[in-house]
Amino acid sequence: MKFNPEQTRRQFIKNTAQVFCTGSILLSLKNIESKSIKDKFDASNLIEARYYEKLPNRKIKCVLCPRECIIDDQETGYCGVRENYGGTYYTLVYGKPCSAHVDPIEKKPLFHFLPGSTAFSIATVGCNVLCKFCQNWQISQARPDQVESHDFPPKAIANYAYKNDCQSIAYTYTEPVIFTEYMYDCAEAGKSVNVKSVMISNGYIKAQPMKDLCKVLDAVKVDLKAFTEKFYKEMVAGQLQPVLDTLVLLRQEEMWTEIVYLVIPTLNDDTKELQQMCKWIVRELGPDVPIHFSRFYPQYRLKNLPPTPVTTLVKARKIALDSGIHFAYIGNVPGHEGESTFCPGCNNIVVHRMGYQIVRNDIKKNGQCQHCGHKIAGIWN
Amino acid sequence: MCSIKRREFIQTGIKAGAAFYFGTIPGCKGGAKEHFNKNNHYPIVIAQNSVIRDKNENLIGKQVNNLLDRAMENLFQVNKAEQAWQCLFKENDVVGIKVNCLGGKGISTHIELVEAIIEGLKSAGVLERNIIVWDRANRDLEKVGYRIITDRNKIKYYGTDVAGYTYDIYEYGEVGSHLSNILVKQCTAIVNVPILKDHGIVGITNALKNFFGAIHNPNKYHDFNGDPYIADVNMLSEIRSKVRIIISDALTIQYDGGPPFMPQWAWHYNGLLVGFDPVAIDTIGWDIIEQQRKENRLQTLKQVGREPTYIATAADEKHRLGFNDLSKINVIRI
Repeated sequence: MKFNPEQTRRQFIKNTAQVFCTGSILLSLKNIESKSIKDKFDASNLIEARYYEKLPNRKIKCVLCPRECIIDDQETGYCGVRENYGGTYYTLVYGKPCSAHVDPIEKKPLFHFLPGSTAFSIATVGCNVLCKFCQNWQISQARPDQVESHDFPPKAIANYAYKNDCQSIAYTYTEPVIFTEYMYDCAEAGKSVNVKSVMISNGYIKAQPMKDLCKVLDAVKVDLKAFTEKFYKEMVAGQLQPVLDTLVLLRQEEMWTEIVYLVIPTLNDDTKELQQMCKWIVRELGPDVPIHFSRFYPQYRLKNLPPTPVTTLVKARKIALDSGIHFAYIGNVPGHEGESTFCPGCNNIVVHRMGYQIVRNDIKKNGQCQHCGHKIAGIWN
Repeated sequence: MCSIKRREFIQTGIKAGAAFYFGTIPGCKGGAKEHFNKNNHYPIVIAQNSVIRDKNENLIGKQVNNLLDRAMENLFQVNKAEQAWQCLFKENDVVGIKVNCLGGKGISTHIELVEAIIEGLKSAGVLERNIIVWDRANRDLEKVGYRIITDRNKIKYYGTDVAGYTYDIYEYGEVGSHLSNILVKQCTAIVNVPILKDHGIVGITNALKNFFGAIHNPNKYHDFNGDPYIADVNMLSEIRSKVRIIISDALTIQYDGGPPFMPQWAWHYNGLLVGFDPVAIDTIGWDIIEQQRKENRLQTLKQVGREPTYIATAADEKHRLGFNDLSKINVIRI
């Protein structure tokens, strides 16, 4: 492996600039008029939700995610951000992000999508599952009246990303499925100024809304939280099969997709489970879908387990590579060689990473390895 | 050397434990404790009055007050209701009256009942400025007709959206939630004043379910008919230790179409369910709703997939929040 100190320095300066840029965005967000949820039922503030069916007695059925909540008048769905009001279903978070940040795309993580670029990352409150190990539970498990939000309409999001040299808008931190209307409109606005869009999701979404989103998105990262229904039921309050269905759908739609698997000691680190999952990925999605094995740290309601031993992550990565997956990574272990991309053709490092920084990138703009010319799967230009 | 006998010590311990279990104050003189000794659990008073409304079907405040007085007198077996209130509250208590206003006007905790409870609290010496009528949000209270008041010297009416939620997460079983600051930080005692009605997911909503209005994430806990989540929420120490009495508003009951108000399924029961045991009160409330459903040729809640199984869970060995065997609940009807 060759080390280029000059390039590293440049990268360092670039990343430092990103930090300052991030600070300025947070500062400017404070100047944006804060909107209280108290007047959320002022009709002019509300956007009618997409993906629902009207039922008798002012009930509605939400068909956005596999949960398919049936919601009485003046009640919200499981996500807490979509409310039935008089038989009409509204999104309470359209244009109201609670978080906005400029992040390196590697933080998402998306390793095969414009490496070294930045993504203007936004989130509203809410989530359609309940992971006991959630890293952003302060906003994902809250409701709109419990977290301060800001007026930030789609066009302003796109313009902000463009003016700050972000090559993409990332819908992330919480679960973007629950603000699908806002995400769609932001992505559409982004396209008009040549800014791409990436969805960082749990994949817990019904087929039609996902198909619609594929028209405006450029990449999707899916958290595959385990490969057993038991785990999904007990730790996520969701189901595995719909997530697998989403992954297959993304493949059919030719959407660039990467998978993250948070390895939690004793809960989803079984060798057989990992083998079955990797075989399924190769069979159903193909060997070029990258998988990131991320290190778990005790969080939220799962504080009784230790951080994932690095040896477990190494084992998981080896299982993936042995199963035929071309790109298997180790996440949340800065400096580990498993952060870098190896060319499947010549086995040289083609993207050398250190944490979220790109130390060296040996992939040509057309996606070929500079060493052997092998075409590396991903979006590089 | 202590002169108390071992048997007396154990007996006292059991009584005190049982009293704490139901959120009452040990040492209170009155019939309720005698009932407990005799039947192994506290009674539930079902108080009804058919002439509680005027000819326009509006509640008569004075009659509601009388009904509550009689319920308290019978629950505590005392001659005057104020004696009962004095058993429950001290002068320096800050008392939260937890109402349920989510169903809007028509099927929410009635203002007349809340006013009667306030009179009772005042008769126990509780200062007006130490009484807070609260629910999830100001808008919930306002849509029912409560006026938001935050003046420190008056009886206060406001929602948790004003007071906020605790930073800490309170956990039991499947539940992990931030709790209302009103419950945790502002009140020393709670009067649980739910409304009895049908619920489209969990079957019925009454005493146990009312505390979904005290957590920040009730939307996460309606799966599986709210079982075991509703029971788990009621196990949280801040709720168990502060609820002194339950006064369930059964003046108007809705037996189908809930939780929003559906007048075609609402009827004037003109009653109150008063006691210390939330499980017993919910069991009785469920039975009242089932009887009304039967009379109106509706299927049972079990048949429509909405059996409130969380009530049995609240009574199980793990939770022990009260008794759910209808045949063994000691009911006083007045």
